[in-house]
Amino acid sequence: MSTGLVNAIYLGAAILFILALSGLSSNENAKRGNLYGMLGMALAIIATVFSDAVTSYWVIVICIIPGAILGLVLARKVKMTQMPQLVAILHSVVGLAAVSVGYATYLDPEMHFVGTEKTIHDLEVYIGIYIGALTFSGSVIAFGKLSALITSKPVLLPARHTINLIMLLVVIYYGVEFVNAESLQQAWFPLTVMTVIALIFGVHMVIAIGGADMPVVISMLNSYSGWAAAATGFMLTNDLLIVTGALVGSSGAILSYIMCRAMNRNFFSVISGGFGTTSSSSSAAVAEVGEVHATTVEEVAQLLLDAKKVMIVPGYGMAMAQAQRAVSDVTRILMGKGVHVIFGIHPVAGRMPGHMNVLLAEAKVPYDIVFEMEEVNDDFPNVDVTLVIGANDTVNPAALEDPGSPISGMPVLEVWKSKTVVVLKRGMATGYAGVDNPLFYKDNTRMLFGDAKTNMDELVKALS
Amino acid sequence: MNIIIPKEIQIGEKRVAGTPDTTEKLVKKGFRVLVESNAGAHASYSDEAYREAGAEIVTDAKALYAQAGIILKVRAPQMNPDTQVDELDLIPAGALLICFLWPAQNPQLLERLAAKGVDAMSMDAVPRLSRAQKLDALSSMANIAGYRAVIEASNHFGRFFSGQITAAGKVPPAKVLVIGAGVAGLAAIGTAKSLGAIVRAFDTRPEVKEQIQSMDAEFLELDFDEDGSGSGGYAKVMSKEFIEAEMALFAEQAKEVDIIITTALIPGKPAPKLITADMVRSMKAGSVIVDLAAEQGGNCELTQPHKVVEEHAVQIIGYTDLPSRLPAQASQLYGSNLLNMLDELMQHCEGETICLDFEDEVIRGATVVKAGEITWPPPPIEVAARPSAYSEQPVPEAHVEPDEDVEPSVLRKALSMLVPIGIGAVLLFSLGAVAPPAFMGHFTVFILSCFIGYMVIWNVTPSLHTPLMSVTNAISSIIIIGALLQVSSQSNLIMGLSALAILVASINIVGGFAVTQRMLKMFGE
Repeated sequence: MSTGLVNAIYLGAAILFILALSGLSSNENAKRGNLYGMLGMALAIIATVFSDAVTSYWVIVICIIPGAILGLVLARKVKMTQMPQLVAILHSVVGLAAVSVGYATYLDPEMHFVGTEKTIHDLEVYIGIYIGALTFSGSVIAFGKLSALITSKPVLLPARHTINLIMLLVVIYYGVEFVNAESLQQAWFPLTVMTVIALIFGVHMVIAIGGADMPVVISMLNSYSGWAAAATGFMLTNDLLIVTGALVGSSGAILSYIMCRAMNRNFFSVISGGFGTTSSSSSAAVAEVGEVHATTVEEVAQLLLDAKKVMIVPGYGMAMAQAQRAVSDVTRILMGKGVHVIFGIHPVAGRMPGHMNVLLAEAKVPYDIVFEMEEVNDDFPNVDVTLVIGANDTVNPAALEDPGSPISGMPVLEVWKSKTVVVLKRGMATGYAGVDNPLFYKDNTRMLFGDAKTNMDELVKALS
Repeated sequence: MNIIIPKEIQIGEKRVAGTPDTTEKLVKKGFRVLVESNAGAHASYSDEAYREAGAEIVTDAKALYAQAGIILKVRAPQMNPDTQVDELDLIPAGALLICFLWPAQNPQLLERLAAKGVDAMSMDAVPRLSRAQKLDALSSMANIAGYRAVIEASNHFGRFFSGQITAAGKVPPAKVLVIGAGVAGLAAIGTAKSLGAIVRAFDTRPEVKEQIQSMDAEFLELDFDEDGSGSGGYAKVMSKEFIEAEMALFAEQAKEVDIIITTALIPGKPAPKLITADMVRSMKAGSVIVDLAAEQGGNCELTQPHKVVEEHAVQIIGYTDLPSRLPAQASQLYGSNLLNMLDELMQHCEGETICLDFEDEVIRGATVVKAGEITWPPPPIEVAARPSAYSEQPVPEAHVEPDEDVEPSVLRKALSMLVPIGIGAVLLFSLGAVAPPAFMGHFTVFILSCFIGYMVIWNVTPSLHTPLMSVTNAISSIIIIGALLQVSSQSNLIMGLSALAILVASINIVGGFAVTQRMLKMFGE
């Protein structure tokens, strides 16, 4: 295939990718969008394989087939509650690929430049490998945290900001060394040092971030994997990689921004980690230890049957208890009895953007009764019963009422404004932010303690 | 700090500025609450109930006022007709008076308060901000007035409101026309509707149409294009042509409906005359008009304030004390508004229990006298009154001009945009000066793609954020192209590295697209 033809196909693929992303603007077009994405990817791969640069077909076949099978199995097997883990590990894969391609490109004797072009090319390689390695190790740690292999609490080294700064300076220093290197032998050492530091940096950054900030981390790593692809595009002077990388990079950046805004936190303060570590002092200020009204499944069932309008607010606890199907059943029974049921979703509920929506969709909750926080927050005074299932910080009135609270200013679902709130919770533990929740002590709050799934299953029985 | 709640002395005033319920909350906040004996008698709150709530009962008004730090009242201070003692003379200097003062109509009162050194806040001067809704006593009272208007109407109307089919024959439902759909109007609509009447409503502000329809009432529309929304959520004066069209509509409706409830007011103007004597004459015998604007001159030409009159066999109710006719409810809501006001006052203080913080625009707006100075009218503030259920009320004064002086902020905005643009331009220029043309070409593609990504991603619905992440993840594996281009290298190391990249990237491609498809399938159902 001629270079012109290959480039034409690349252009087509880039357009298909843009269409894939714009398809996600509505539920109706999303599936078609995904097909566009697959088509674009297939075209790009086929065009590359049949271009003049590729001759070793057997290696490609040997690599792609097991990879594809493994990918397919992963995608089939994964539970919807494990989506954050899957996404994290897939991000790490992009990082790994970027590092490999970066090294391969640098070693490629055909890539020979002089003067400014050499400097730029070297810089592209250096930055590409740096982002790739960072994405790889950061995603692996994120995966570990999400699948509870590593503690989800922030792990903070003393003087971690100083450590980060020193690492950054070392990377810059060796960057200069690398660009000035005359030969491969001279360049080898700076490149290796940088790669190791980038790997440490990724680990260090993610491990310092608490569980509730995971949505930001995931979308940030998403963004990095895009920038890694774009950097690879620069080193290979391949526009398709640049376009795709930029699309993915800005997508992840916007998601991170949306998540930070939903927590009323600055991006840098999330990334610098350590959320919830200062709460021990401030939770004393919220020492509003009042009486907690516990309730029973039967009472909740009666409340729900008497209600005209019910709002369900799910959180990560619902995902952990795998209670989404029981929640869906409760919804269906109540709707069958003429109760108006809606869902209110906080943007950072769960461990990744849109996590709750996926779980509810899996449990076949109709998506037209699932609303974003901003759409329903003014509606609470009209709600008779709000069911809070495994959500804590996202429904904490201290965010609005207590200026000393660590989550002060974070927009929350104002569930306490509804006539009755039922909170399903395992015990009186605090949420990830480590902040006490005055909601539990309000007069119109009823606590239903126990495993969310067991309780919801009981509720299904009591209602039907 | 002592809060006193005196008995209202205005004849016919049955409300009281605090109930046992609000008293209890005040006591909890750390105030000492003193209530005049029999203060709540008309509102069915006994002295005993106040005492149980933690208040002290004081029999002598003079002794009560002498201890006052904060005075909570309904009506402005006035001469007591029985004892010939003016309440104002009883208030000690330095105390804070909170009540309905109507500062625009009572300039002398403000001067006397200032001369005495009494601070005063007027509950009718609370600015209409969404934040201040919980202390908006005018809305609370308007709500009650709207409800009571319907009750009064049904009391004077010789028929059912709801349609019925009985053994003795069919009863048609009453038809109610509500003019002006502010707080009072909407309350009237809701009440009439729940009594079973057919309700129609008219308002000059088109944005209330939805609210009227949401209450299941019919919104009467004029075939006329003019928006009646004034500033601060109130109505404004309409053009002559509009008024003519409006009057024609009312004339036509008057012949048909049984009950008309008018709530039309324009801030700072006498109430518009909407129902003429001719219209009253055209109404069916036994019809009822309730004129909530009676105090401001009435919307009906034949209204007489404070009274019920019968003209052309139509009863016209001009009561001006409708909230006071529901004294227990009105006292409870007004008391809660006062409680919320005290909450606001307690918020910004250091060292003191309460303070009049003029940085707070709600407190600033409501304060009419401070430290011997008359502080009314307050400086204009930009009012972001929600276009919601707030409109006409018996209040010409709570009217605030929007701030039109926006130039400095425009300038600042322009500057804040120019600076990054300037920096970007300098960076681009210096890059262009050193970079080879090939790089600039790729760089152009990169920046443009970032912009496309930015535009496209903002359109993604939040519920699809997880599929967005998995699909972007899949397409970021386009990095496989790089590996494919390198894999045919002669060097084993390069080939090995590329092969590894191909292997892992293909996991990602297939896995990413497949899992996205799986999720989207669930969303599609």
